[in-house]
Amino acid sequence: MSSASAALDPAAVRRIARLARIRLADEDVAQLQSELGAILGWIEQLNEVDVSGVDPLASVGSATLTMREDVVTDGDQTEAVLANAPAHSGPFYTVPKVVE
Amino acid sequence: MTLEFTLATARDALRARRISARELTEAHLAAIDALEPELHAFITVTPEQALAQADAADAALGRGEGGPLTGLPVAIKDLFCTKGVRTTAASRILEPFVPPYESTVTANMLRDGAVFLGKTNLDEFAMGSSTTTSAFGATINPWQRRGANTQLVPGGSSGGSAAAVAAGMALASTGTDTGGSIRQPASFCGIVGMKPTYGRCSRFGVVAFASSLDQPGPFARTVEDTAILLGSMAGHDPKDSTSVNRPVPDYAAACRRGVRGLRIGIPREYHSDGMPAEIEALWTQGIAWLREAGAEIVDVSLPHTKYGLATYYIVAPAEASSNLARYDGVRFGLRVPANDLTDLYEETRAAGFGAEVRRRILIGTYVLSAGYYDAYYLKAQKVRALILRDFTDAFERVDALLTPTAPSAAFALGEKNDDPVQMYLNDVFTVPASIAGVPGISVPAGVDGDGLPLGLQVIGRHFDEETVFAVGSVLEQAAEFSAKPAIRMEAGR
Amino acid sequence: MSAPESTYVIEGSTGPWELVIGLEVHAQVVSKAKLFSGASAEYGAEPNSQVSFVDAAFPGMLPVINRECVAQAVRTGLGLKAEINLVSRFDRKNYFYADLPAGYQISQFAHPIVGKGVIEIELESGAIRPIGVTRLHLEQDAGKSMHDQHPSQSFIDLNRAGVALMEIVSEPDMRTPEEAGAYLRKLRTIMRYLGTCDGNMEEGSMRADVNVSVRKAGEPFRTRCEIKNVNSVRFVMQAIEAEARRQVEIWEAGGEVRQETRLYDPSRGETRSMRSKEDAHDYRYFPDPDLLPLVIEQEWVEELATHLPELPDAKKARFMSQYGLPAYDAGVLVMEQATADFYEAVARGRDGKIAANWMLGDFFAGLNRMGRGIEDSPVSAEGLGGLLDLLADATINGRIAKEVMEAMMETGETAAAIVEARGLRQVTDTGAIDGAVDQVLAANPDKLAEYKAGKEKLFGFFVGQVMKAMAGKGNPALVNEALKRKL
Repeated sequence: MSSASAALDPAAVRRIARLARIRLADEDVAQLQSELGAILGWIEQLNEVDVSGVDPLASVGSATLTMREDVVTDGDQTEAVLANAPAHSGPFYTVPKVVE
Repeated sequence: MTLEFTLATARDALRARRISARELTEAHLAAIDALEPELHAFITVTPEQALAQADAADAALGRGEGGPLTGLPVAIKDLFCTKGVRTTAASRILEPFVPPYESTVTANMLRDGAVFLGKTNLDEFAMGSSTTTSAFGATINPWQRRGANTQLVPGGSSGGSAAAVAAGMALASTGTDTGGSIRQPASFCGIVGMKPTYGRCSRFGVVAFASSLDQPGPFARTVEDTAILLGSMAGHDPKDSTSVNRPVPDYAAACRRGVRGLRIGIPREYHSDGMPAEIEALWTQGIAWLREAGAEIVDVSLPHTKYGLATYYIVAPAEASSNLARYDGVRFGLRVPANDLTDLYEETRAAGFGAEVRRRILIGTYVLSAGYYDAYYLKAQKVRALILRDFTDAFERVDALLTPTAPSAAFALGEKNDDPVQMYLNDVFTVPASIAGVPGISVPAGVDGDGLPLGLQVIGRHFDEETVFAVGSVLEQAAEFSAKPAIRMEAGR
Repeated sequence: MSAPESTYVIEGSTGPWELVIGLEVHAQVVSKAKLFSGASAEYGAEPNSQVSFVDAAFPGMLPVINRECVAQAVRTGLGLKAEINLVSRFDRKNYFYADLPAGYQISQFAHPIVGKGVIEIELESGAIRPIGVTRLHLEQDAGKSMHDQHPSQSFIDLNRAGVALMEIVSEPDMRTPEEAGAYLRKLRTIMRYLGTCDGNMEEGSMRADVNVSVRKAGEPFRTRCEIKNVNSVRFVMQAIEAEARRQVEIWEAGGEVRQETRLYDPSRGETRSMRSKEDAHDYRYFPDPDLLPLVIEQEWVEELATHLPELPDAKKARFMSQYGLPAYDAGVLVMEQATADFYEAVARGRDGKIAANWMLGDFFAGLNRMGRGIEDSPVSAEGLGGLLDLLADATINGRIAKEVMEAMMETGETAAAIVEARGLRQVTDTGAIDGAVDQVLAANPDKLAEYKAGKEKLFGFFVGQVMKAMAGKGNPALVNEALKRKL
């Protein structure tokens, strides 16, 4: 982990932003590089902690998942589903054409 | 009038018909009108809806009906989806969003007769400790330093909810707490804020920040009021898999239990070198109050406390980076048109998210990405297990813990904006309880040299909110906190 | 499990190449509602009419798991003789796509609900081969993007978004296209028996991703390619062969096969690379914090196990021992539950072998001719049984029975009714038979002379003539007897 923040070069910042689908202006990259680098550097204090033999904890909730019955209780609300859409065509959401 | 009432006394006055819900609501709407230009505690005010709900409440009360909150005007953090009322999460990306559904917590409150005054301001997507990252402008703390008119932050992320209650614009309000977003602003604004156990209140319909940490809770001006409001908000919800199916106790009754015979732990790791003497002194005072009230004070250790923040700033951004992927300009919210799907995503999200949200999404994306997952995310989950174990061990010896809520009083607008890490340190005392999922309350217990309020935090066992309320009430009675914010609504103003 | 030596190879210029094939099958779970929402999972509804706010990933919406989907995964696991993991977990697979509303798919990455299992496949040679199943996990389906509705826009329908899928991953145990085809068919048969997936590949309720690599005998695995979303057994087999040939060519030309995702184009009979996206594979899996670990009780698993139907392998063995069927016939009859049930209804209380012969012969031929399946057969099991009864008690003979079967198929009437109405009852009156014999002998003096001169194979000719004179209704044994007597 110790070398991770050092690895946060401009290319890495751009790669992360692309993964997160957030467009960065060129002038943002350097600032983010230093901000993110500082945060990651600070986070690295966790290196000090001995976690051998510790199981990771994903959630502190009550131990198990409750299940619902297999009954149709939802749907049939096309209008409500589309009402907030910035664009739609008939009953469909629309996006710029995707070429596969 | 609005600051004279508590939720409990207003409820009693309504039931006795000494005042009508309409009068009470109009008074609060007038307070909002008067103070909002200065404080900007709200993103959306809903006077017509509030008055209609008030009239319905009066009708119900006239029939001798009504629930625990009937006719009581409250404010809702703009992170709770409210059916037909715009819900923004203080983000550009959700600016036009009108939910076609009601969050379970607000639905519970409506079931109990509450009157909703409007939606309060917050840090964008609840990411922040100052309510300055809101896309709709910062909320100003109603408190000011003695002899100065410097604008102070109300804390965050639920700063609008805290400021509104402190200034008398609402009797109570809802917040959400992910790392301190209820307790820290309560401390900054001189009111009571309660984060229940993770799973106690449903997260259904609450815009998600970090799902394993987010928990709704109440703000009010007294401990009993927060207990009353939590009684309405809480409860099992089959629509939230992490919501717990166990009965909601009578929290208000628990406020009267006292602390005689309780063992109160003082975690030694919360003493830090940089802690202001006033806060250290207040903490010592709080210990004395509890001892005098019959509690046994026990020194305890939570050895992993210092790693709480770093753990939090891995786990919360990781979950947020995934939770916020749905804001893509396709089904709701902002869309920046483009000719290509990837451009549409990238331009929409660049325009829609503010700087702090963007930072956290990027951090979260990074710590989950190939090659870094084990070093960051998995490691943080393991440290999280250790932090939980600290609390579990401590609660074998004590019934509750007493700590300061925040490392400082409210700071000035713009003071900590340059360095994200400095801002994150605000949550140093509140984050560990969030990570462990245990309940915590902040109770105003004194003022600093500038006359700004300071809070003490009581932390309890999982689902033992009752003890937290009991201890909080004893602190409240002993502190006799009576200071008032500079900007407030009072009779005659 | 080591596979027996395979003889299927691709002959390249440098000698024979062996294939290594693994399959990832996405099978839509049979359930009324979706995996994590209460919207209907039914196929073919109006666009976006079966969408909950959970499916469309609206702010604050949370997943709640459907118990039946979990039960279906457990049943399928049991049917694959697999380990059932009493504790499993849901993870988020993060990527952006227009038909993935949340920006992540809820799946089971690190801890699937079902572990290692096995599917026994039967090859044309009659050989039985076990193919390892690595795991089965539950996940959400995505929505549907339509790219051909508008010149500059893609249309998104979220009806499928959130429907429960089982992803069933095989070990790379298959060595021939035939084995891959047999694996898919067998898996489909098992799931149909269990009622956990309808196996309808046209509607997309079962799709396969095919992993293919080639190697020289005895080598470790070489780089594989994944052919995505192949939607018929035939195309899977074709795609494997085409892809294997492509890889052999690359290796033999001194090149290097690149690990990638490809698509099969059935019209050209070749695979092509999918436009690869740079970060496409950084899915950032992590445990879904909206869902706690899925913990199921051993008692529940046992209860589900006790209600499982008899599965094809067991049924086939039973058909062989109980009805004395040859392996091939039993195998065909158990391929579909409905066929097996039909057969058993016919065979019950009758001669099982005769029942099988009739079903696999004239009955299936008739259905094929009419383009019908066993479900909409015009002749019920009871009806076919009625025909066999008339045959067994010698009311009709075999030849007439074929005629009656055809009539039953056309009219849907019972065998008895057709026999009565058309007067097809077998003639056992020896007087009538003798008369017909006399008549035939009298009409064919020359043939009679030849026979008497020793041309004994003319006996068959006389039988035919007598039957013809009796319109096919003569009892064959009695006709033979009468002829022998009179010749």
